[in-house]
Amino acid sequence: MNAPSRFSWLQRIAALALLVSMLGSVGFAVGYATGVSAQFQGLALAIALGGLAVAVVIWGKFLVRQERVIDLREPTSSSWERNDATHALEAGTEQIGRRHLLSRLLGSAFAVFGIAALFTIRSLGQNPYPQLFRTKWTPGARLVRENGQPIHREDLVADEIVTVFPEGFVGAADSQTVLLRLAPGILQPASDRADWSPSDYVAYSKVCTHAGCPVGLYRSAEHQLLCPCHQSMFDVLDRAKPIAGPATRPLPQLPLRIAADGYLRAQSDFHEPIGPGFWERGA
Amino acid sequence: MIRRFVLWLDDRLETASFASHAMRKAFPDHWSFMLGEISLYSFIALLATGIFLGFLFDASDAHLTYHGSYAPLVGANVSSAYDSTMRISFETQAGLVIRQMHHWSALLFVAAIVTHMARIFFTGAFRNPREINWIVGLTLLLLALGAGLTGYSLPDDLLSGTGLRITASVAMAIPVIGTWLESLFFGGPFPAPQMVERLFFTHVLLLPALIIGLISLHMAILWRQKHTQFPGSGRTELNVVGSPLWPNYALKSLGLGLAIFAVLAILGGFFQINPIWDYGPYSPSEVASPSQPDWYVGWLEGALRLGPPIEFHLFGHTIPASFVPGVLFPLLAFGVLYLWPFIERSITKDDRVHNLLDHPIEVPWRTASGVAIFALFLIVTLAGSDDVQARVIHVAIERLIVVYRVLGIALPIVAWLVTFQLCRELRARAIQREVGEPSVVEFIRSPNGGFEEKQPTDTA
Ligand code: FES
Repeated sequence: MNAPSRFSWLQRIAALALLVSMLGSVGFAVGYATGVSAQFQGLALAIALGGLAVAVVIWGKFLVRQERVIDLREPTSSSWERNDATHALEAGTEQIGRRHLLSRLLGSAFAVFGIAALFTIRSLGQNPYPQLFRTKWTPGARLVRENGQPIHREDLVADEIVTVFPEGFVGAADSQTVLLRLAPGILQPASDRADWSPSDYVAYSKVCTHAGCPVGLYRSAEHQLLCPCHQSMFDVLDRAKPIAGPATRPLPQLPLRIAADGYLRAQSDFHEPIGPGFWERGA
Repeated sequence: MIRRFVLWLDDRLETASFASHAMRKAFPDHWSFMLGEISLYSFIALLATGIFLGFLFDASDAHLTYHGSYAPLVGANVSSAYDSTMRISFETQAGLVIRQMHHWSALLFVAAIVTHMARIFFTGAFRNPREINWIVGLTLLLLALGAGLTGYSLPDDLLSGTGLRITASVAMAIPVIGTWLESLFFGGPFPAPQMVERLFFTHVLLLPALIIGLISLHMAILWRQKHTQFPGSGRTELNVVGSPLWPNYALKSLGLGLAIFAVLAILGGFFQINPIWDYGPYSPSEVASPSQPDWYVGWLEGALRLGPPIEFHLFGHTIPASFVPGVLFPLLAFGVLYLWPFIERSITKDDRVHNLLDHPIEVPWRTASGVAIFALFLIVTLAGSDDVQARVIHVAIERLIVVYRVLGIALPIVAWLVTFQLCRELRARAIQREVGEPSVVEFIRSPNGGFEEKQPTDTA
């Protein structure tokens, strides 16, 4: 193919692409006005932009003269200028530094100002500590489901699991707790927790001690709670100790009691901070 | 007309001398130089779609009952952030396309930056005099990751909420300042009610402003230092050969940009991404399972899964297990990358100015190191979805984790050795091919009429 005809051929493609592009734009506008699916809108946009792209690339690659330019890299500053810059900087610095007392005071004044300014950062967040060390569970708080219903001794059957909150605090992230009822007799509580799990009910914090995800899955056959985020597993029969995955701490246990009216209540808050570890948590 | 404009502008800003050079500036034609441009264009797409979304999104934690057109969620208690994202997706004309384009652009943005940096790394383009721009570029990658993470968390859906919860826990794992850092960013212990507003501010102002500033710096430095180029006919350390900015390069680059926008429109229209209606609104006691984050945070997720369950104690204080994989590992990884130009310099003792690029096979140890780093990131990223893999291939997840831990150490080493050997052999062959041919001295005619001898390709 000789050059002129090739060019006119390419020119025709470019022209066609631009026409198609306009069609796409019109299609997008019409589609917008009449309300069409996202697919149609995406397609129309793509045609509008794609047509432009084809035309512009053909133009840039074939319809303008293909030139090669050579830029030379010249050093932009001479060694004389480099020396000059060094001297100017040195001389200026030296003038400032000569006034020892003043220049030191200047540095200190800036530093003190910086420290003072740092105080404002404090306004950005609240002191996290009290909230990290306690939850909304209080002695006597009734356990309620997510819909606010309190839980009666007869409500759960063996191997049933529900998420509970302290009454009045449904949805409180730090107080979410899993309540399980085990088959009679399989739970052998340690002596320090002997009266924490009346009528085979046992409750653990639902906040994973690894990175805080809700520990939502219960494998009843193995009596394990599983965290879906990084697959930590906790042994329900043994203080919810981690037996697999990246978690290092057991899920804190909520001491339960069953009141005379038959409703489940907390004996107290958790005895240790819930959730992932942090520096001030203590060893 | 043009002349009048040039004169008018030059009278006021004295732009003519700059423009006369700029129009003829040489842009090398190698395809790999387009990767950086792709990052730039996907960022432009992010800005354009982001402006649209920014006007429609309601960054508020105030809860209300959903009454939109997505039937399964009607009656659900959702935040205004979630509600407005649903409105953008279902009730706003072109809203879904633009929202999905925005998300796809973000994925492309990070991917393009990573491949662009790989190009820079494997060809040694970071060497003297370009160390500063390597650092600027790496910082841009970090900012892009931050922008991605904050943006993807904005809709306050269950998936991203879970991600934020993990992020907050990892922040808390930092010794001494962790709890305060978490509280200062989120406004209090997670989940704090101000979260969405803070993420919004960070995502639409703080990070974009920094990114725009650093892109400007990146390109100003590039402009001043001129492009690198691969060795070849007529190309030396002292010149740059390529298409002139105006009109050739400008047209080609504009065409590339338009083509990228077109691809993003197809992705936005046809490929569903981040369907927050499937995940549902965030609730601290629920979790989306399996929860897979965007691809570029997969390596952090994977690191958390592979980290050993070991907690440290220091003077009665706790350093949680997630500190090593979640904080130390990323710091080390990016630390090595930041320092790479200087690490390499201290090994090679080579402080000369390099404007000609290396072919990756020419420097086996550098290429091998880069491949090893990629291998490590690949394994850690794959480990980020180990639960899904375990289910698909019916292997106990504990086994899979052991496999990944071993691979995480072994594969980078193996990859290093294999790449090193491969590069050496390829290099030897290339040298042989060159030495085998009769040596001909080529002369290049320079623009001002002189002749210069062609530089032999550097194979030493
Ligand atoms: S958050 Fe539960 S295993 Fe990581």
